[in-house]
Amino acid sequence: MNDTTITRHTLSVLVENSAGVLSQVSRLFSRKGYNIESLAVGTTDDPEVSRITIEVMADTKMMDQIINQLRKLFPVYSVQELLPERSIRRELVMFKVKAETADKRNELIQIANIFRASIIDVSVQSLTLALIGNEAKADAIQKLLEGFGILELVRTGMVALERGAYTISDENKEKAEFNYGKNFI
Amino acid sequence: MKMKSPQILMECLLEQGVDTVFGYPGGTILNLYDELELHGYKEKIHHILTAHEQGASHAADGYARATGKVGVCFATSGPGATNLTTGIATAYMDSSPVVFITVNVAESLIGKDSFQEVDITGITMPITKCNYLVRRAEDLADVIREAFAIARSGRPGPVLIDILKNVTYDTCDYEPLPVSEHSRHGRLAAMLRRASHDLRDPEPDHEDIQQLLEMIESAQRPLVLVGGGVIRSKGAVPEFRRFIETLNAPVASTVMGGGACPGNHPLFTGMIGMHGSHASNFASAECDLLIAIGCRFSDRVATDPKSFARQAKIVHIDIDRAEVDKNVLTDHHIIGDARRVLELINEKLPRHDYPAWKEQVFSRGEVPLKRDGILHPHEILETVAALTDSQAIIATDVGQHQMWSAQYYHFSRPGQLITSGGFGTMGFGVGAAMGAKIGCPDQPVVLCTGDGCFRMNCHELATIEHYHIPIIILVFNNHTLGMVRQWQHLIYGERYSQTDLDRGPDFVKLAEAYGISGARCATQAELETVLRQALPSGQPWVIDCAIDKDAMVHPMVPNGAKATNFLLD
Repeated sequence: MNDTTITRHTLSVLVENSAGVLSQVSRLFSRKGYNIESLAVGTTDDPEVSRITIEVMADTKMMDQIINQLRKLFPVYSVQELLPERSIRRELVMFKVKAETADKRNELIQIANIFRASIIDVSVQSLTLALIGNEAKADAIQKLLEGFGILELVRTGMVALERGAYTISDENKEKAEFNYGKNFI
Repeated sequence: MKMKSPQILMECLLEQGVDTVFGYPGGTILNLYDELELHGYKEKIHHILTAHEQGASHAADGYARATGKVGVCFATSGPGATNLTTGIATAYMDSSPVVFITVNVAESLIGKDSFQEVDITGITMPITKCNYLVRRAEDLADVIREAFAIARSGRPGPVLIDILKNVTYDTCDYEPLPVSEHSRHGRLAAMLRRASHDLRDPEPDHEDIQQLLEMIESAQRPLVLVGGGVIRSKGAVPEFRRFIETLNAPVASTVMGGGACPGNHPLFTGMIGMHGSHASNFASAECDLLIAIGCRFSDRVATDPKSFARQAKIVHIDIDRAEVDKNVLTDHHIIGDARRVLELINEKLPRHDYPAWKEQVFSRGEVPLKRDGILHPHEILETVAALTDSQAIIATDVGQHQMWSAQYYHFSRPGQLITSGGFGTMGFGVGAAMGAKIGCPDQPVVLCTGDGCFRMNCHELATIEHYHIPIIILVFNNHTLGMVRQWQHLIYGERYSQTDLDRGPDFVKLAEAYGISGARCATQAELETVLRQALPSGQPWVIDCAIDKDAMVHPMVPNGAKATNFLLD
């Protein structure tokens, strides 16, 4: 793979938990012309800090730019790229599927068991499944469910963490370089 | 002590040493303006009322560029705030430290499309270093302190503070705090803790410096490229001059780097890029080491980023990590303040000389200058230079006259050339020149502008007359939008679509209408006579200089072409 191959990258961003920060981060992507594949945001163990997980299609050079530009934003505390081999990535997908007969329902329950998805709602005409996994697992079950007729589908967007004890706050040289731009004393 | 928030705001401005504010009042910002009349603030904070908010924004920017201090600009909500945006973007692109303060509608009216309501923090997000919406009086002092710190720190830039009108009625506690203490209190302290770095100036990486020194040792044909970063970095210029004299290699400059290397210095090759000199552009193509300091390789410098300095190892010295490898791929970089990086290099750099390389660079002939009795643009600049001993502050607008000014006036200190390099804002000049003159009243300020640019904001003549701001305005009048016409002539088959400015006003009469002296000249001798009268007069002047409609900026490399592919010699 060379520098200009466009692949999926996962970024984890710690930001100040305040109004306008999410829009500031997502706007940076649109104004620099980068495409967000998925975005998930929520507070962390510190209620004043939110964590944004962004999946973006980019090449290596673009990733460097994205990371450096993100680090320039004042409400952004830290940015980390999560490499696939060193991180765990999960998303929650909900499928509302047509199920008008008992046979169909049984079949769907079996599929749910195989994929370790859970049935979270049932009605006379439909069944709703929830699945936690990466995109390969979600794509596989989606193919099977298409045969039944998917009424609705929703994804939370990927969330991810680095494996092992390392955290996003660990120091590196690039971070020190970036801090210099913010150092205003 | 308890104070109303407008008073807190004034006290915070005084903490920062602000003595001049440019602005324009309106409905929501009334409380702030009322405060200027109370508690004697009018005596301490000199408010300049411009004709238009855009003029105020450029004036605050020009003031900041000329003095190195943080400029301050006030405007009301809605259209007042949106009129600032061109000025904010101009300051952002050229890293100029300005704090813009606007007041929005009250909390109860926010989000209801109220009269003169606009989401100015949303609008200015991509053109400010940082912006704030102040919803509580308790946050005001903290936000102002943080805003000034951010505006002048690191890579400087504009910051906008939008305050809700209801906040300007509120009262809360204010404790005076000297600037040196700000980082230890409130939001700034919290942010610094969070960013987990200490309060001392971080050092540039010494190994990075060492590597550059080694690269210099193995280079045969080094070229230094200086940008606006050296101008913005306090105290960098003396270190820079020591550096180039020890290295003893050719030095090229971007527009924004004007003044870092004296224009008449024997090592100076002139401007680089689209309208760069032969010496600079050929040197960039032929050098084997390019040391770029505080520049960002914009498309006007590296017209074709892929072929730019292709034979060279490129070293990029910048304070902003995000500039490295953004436009041009580099071989090595040093992150840090230009002054400190150059100081560290100078400690160890031995004296060099590259006689053969310099001979190669400086033997290239430049475009011959015409002298035939009619007034040529370079003759205007030469006349001003001769009569001001090349010491005047030159403000410009954007276009041909801007390039001529950058090419033919020899700048010798930071803040001497005030021009919208990055954003290319037509209409920037008049406001910027006013701001520069107010910031540096002892220095002559000459505005070089075109007839198109001048017409955009010439209503500021009212401000110039009212406050007796003695700037000399030279209108390079070719009755056309010169730079666009030049492109139409060279690239668009001489189809001059909508660029003829064959219309009024008569600029001399216009000046007189505002109570300002005006004059007209068509030859160098006439210009000299007028300038001899105007420069020592202590009065503002508008001088209409008739130049040829087809005068062009030489040389020229078109967009996207290699640095040495001159379309026009």
